[in-house]
Amino acid sequence: MTPESAPPPGATLEPELRRQRRLLAERALHWRRTRRLTAILLGLWLLTGFCTVYFARELARITIFGWPLSFYMAAQGASLVCLAIIGFYAWRMRQLDAAYTRAMEEPA
Amino acid sequence: MTADKRYFRRLSGYYAWFCACFAGFLLALTVLEKEGMPRLWIGHLFMFATIVLYATIGVVSRTSNVTEYYVAGRRVPALFNGMATAADWISAASFISLAGGLYLHGFDALAYIMGWTGGYCLVALLIAPYLRKFGQYTIPDYLAARYGGGAGGRGGPVRALAVGATIIVSFIYVVAQIYAVGLIASRFTGVDFSVGIFLGLASILVCSFLGGMRGITWTQVAQYIIILVAFLIPTMWLSAKHADNPLPQVAYGSVLPKLAQREAQLAADPREEAVRAQFRRQADDYAARLAALPASWEGGRLEAQRRLDTARLRNASLTEVRNAERALAAYPKTVDDAETLWRAQRARLLARAQPPQPHAAPFPGATEAESNARRNNFLALVFCLMFGTAALPHILMRSYTTPSVHATRGSVFWTLFFILLIYLSIPALAVLAKYDMYTSLVGSDFRALPTWISYWANVDKVHPLISITDINGDGLVQLAEIAIDGDVLVLATPEIGGLPYVISGLVAAGGLAAALSTADGLLLAISNALSHDVYYKIVDPGASTQKRVTISKLLLLAVAFIAAYAASQKPADILSLVGAAFSLAASTLFAPLVLGVFWKRGNHAGAIAGMIVGFLSCLYYMLRTNPILGGRMDAAWFDIAPMSAGIFGVPAGIAAVVLVSLLTKPPGRASDGLVDYIRAPE
Repeated sequence: MTPESAPPPGATLEPELRRQRRLLAERALHWRRTRRLTAILLGLWLLTGFCTVYFARELARITIFGWPLSFYMAAQGASLVCLAIIGFYAWRMRQLDAAYTRAMEEPA
Repeated sequence: MTADKRYFRRLSGYYAWFCACFAGFLLALTVLEKEGMPRLWIGHLFMFATIVLYATIGVVSRTSNVTEYYVAGRRVPALFNGMATAADWISAASFISLAGGLYLHGFDALAYIMGWTGGYCLVALLIAPYLRKFGQYTIPDYLAARYGGGAGGRGGPVRALAVGATIIVSFIYVVAQIYAVGLIASRFTGVDFSVGIFLGLASILVCSFLGGMRGITWTQVAQYIIILVAFLIPTMWLSAKHADNPLPQVAYGSVLPKLAQREAQLAADPREEAVRAQFRRQADDYAARLAALPASWEGGRLEAQRRLDTARLRNASLTEVRNAERALAAYPKTVDDAETLWRAQRARLLARAQPPQPHAAPFPGATEAESNARRNNFLALVFCLMFGTAALPHILMRSYTTPSVHATRGSVFWTLFFILLIYLSIPALAVLAKYDMYTSLVGSDFRALPTWISYWANVDKVHPLISITDINGDGLVQLAEIAIDGDVLVLATPEIGGLPYVISGLVAAGGLAAALSTADGLLLAISNALSHDVYYKIVDPGASTQKRVTISKLLLLAVAFIAAYAASQKPADILSLVGAAFSLAASTLFAPLVLGVFWKRGNHAGAIAGMIVGFLSCLYYMLRTNPILGGRMDAAWFDIAPMSAGIFGVPAGIAAVVLVSLLTKPPGRASDGLVDYIRAPE
């Protein structure tokens, strides 16, 4: 904030304080949502990666289009799930950021 | 917004032109080959044309502006940044060795595919967007600002440690790349290995020396296109040949059952069994000699001496005397030498005496415990490669170059997308090439071997890339009689599939592009760490921008020459060195990077402890278990291979950051404010 735009003391202190508070609240909300999204997606990532490897011998009995399922998951499936996770994250974060901007632009 | 769009359109136009010219170049060469142009010329022309191309892009994007030099002006659109990062990422190891690894080891080698792609989830979700929001130049920049401390609170010690880690990790990695450049150049143009290295070095330097990040970004986009075309053409050809479908990623599912059938057939074939029995007998012979040490060593030496003497006494032919002399000279000099050599020989023979393992079967093993050990090693390797990916400075550095945080998230998506275009077809290539070899080469007549075998067998006479000897003397090729080095697979694929030599040249150019693009990024990461973090931030904070860029260029030159020198010494076992780089990066840098964003309580002392403990515990495990570094696998914990030392290093690093941070006083308000700023949306 530059000195010119600083409000004169007294008259506009109240709205300025409110604005500050709202900024912090909105940021906290945004961060909570981001953190939850990150946790869910990382959980999904861990689940695909770990299960593919840990249960590979059991999954190998299932065959899809010629591939044993464990081979398919390790060679393509897990990587494609990752790509989907990253894509979804980018899309969803764009939404969250837009929601934050909208909330900040609304008059108090 | 419209300016961005116009810029994007202009760039797309340039690269569309480039693709058209490249296609024209390929067509022209195909025609020339039909007209009878010799093979060597085609190889030369490919090397020359691509290097001139990279040099041209490098010269056109030359710059001495700091932001342009370090982070390409922060205006690389997400799509192009993704392409450049993909080229940065696809190293000689993934282009040349990975398909060969899959061919040789089947399911086990899929750990590389999973690890090297899964790591991008961590990059995208935990690190890249926050680094972009921070918006400086290097990884040590971020760590120093976040953790502060040191004299004047500017984070000197943290920065120094981060710089050290960056340099060690990137240097190990860049030596491997330059080594690959030398190998490809010498194989395809017939020049000496060291000349090949310095040729490659010259082309690396023209890109990164003049243009910094800006130069290498635009070169890497071009290199990615070459890598993609070079990898996909032969793979699609094989796929169309064996599965009647030119999309290898989709089609090889139908080849897998046929391959499994053929493997079972070969495993039960009595002629194969005869060859394997021969190998077992030879291995037993070595075992007997090992058991009788040191007497057997003495006896063997006397025997070799006696052969030479009798050959001389009875005036045998000159070649016979020569052979006897050579056998004596090659005989192990000491008992210890003999033990290591014979042990290695025995292991090699025993490996060749094994029947083929089913390609798609996960973790085959004689016992449950053996199978579990393989599974655990697979998991550990995937873990290290993933966390290593998320901590490699030359990849993370890329998140600074996009125009916004949104673009960074998009850029990681595009990176993985472009990597997957190639990575999804690598297992396909391995399966298709294996099926081709097992059906058309195995069982064929020795007098009618295809020409590519003799060509590749003679490229490196000391360690033949492929050798086929008629061991049981029946005149037919048995699978057990083929010894193949994984590295030859991709380079020979066009010839295996019967494509014209132009495609072989293209594949070599692709391999060269993969090695060069990665080397570019790594060298830049090293020289930026030295010039920006050491020189500008620690030695001379008052340096002018002009001086900083000049220093950076000089350091780049010096580092490149040291790396080329190290590569020309042909260090042993390049691949395990690269694996070590991933484990070290993960153990040292991952914890401070991620906790820096997600845990406000992390402080200066914690970060220092985390980096030191992570690095040392990783190093300790490697020294303890890696035979090359003087360790023994008997000392391994849970049978984990030394390459996956990061599985112990990463948790140790995280624990150290947490414990030491909690024991010392919380970080100051500046660090709190920085974290809030990084977390907040734009």
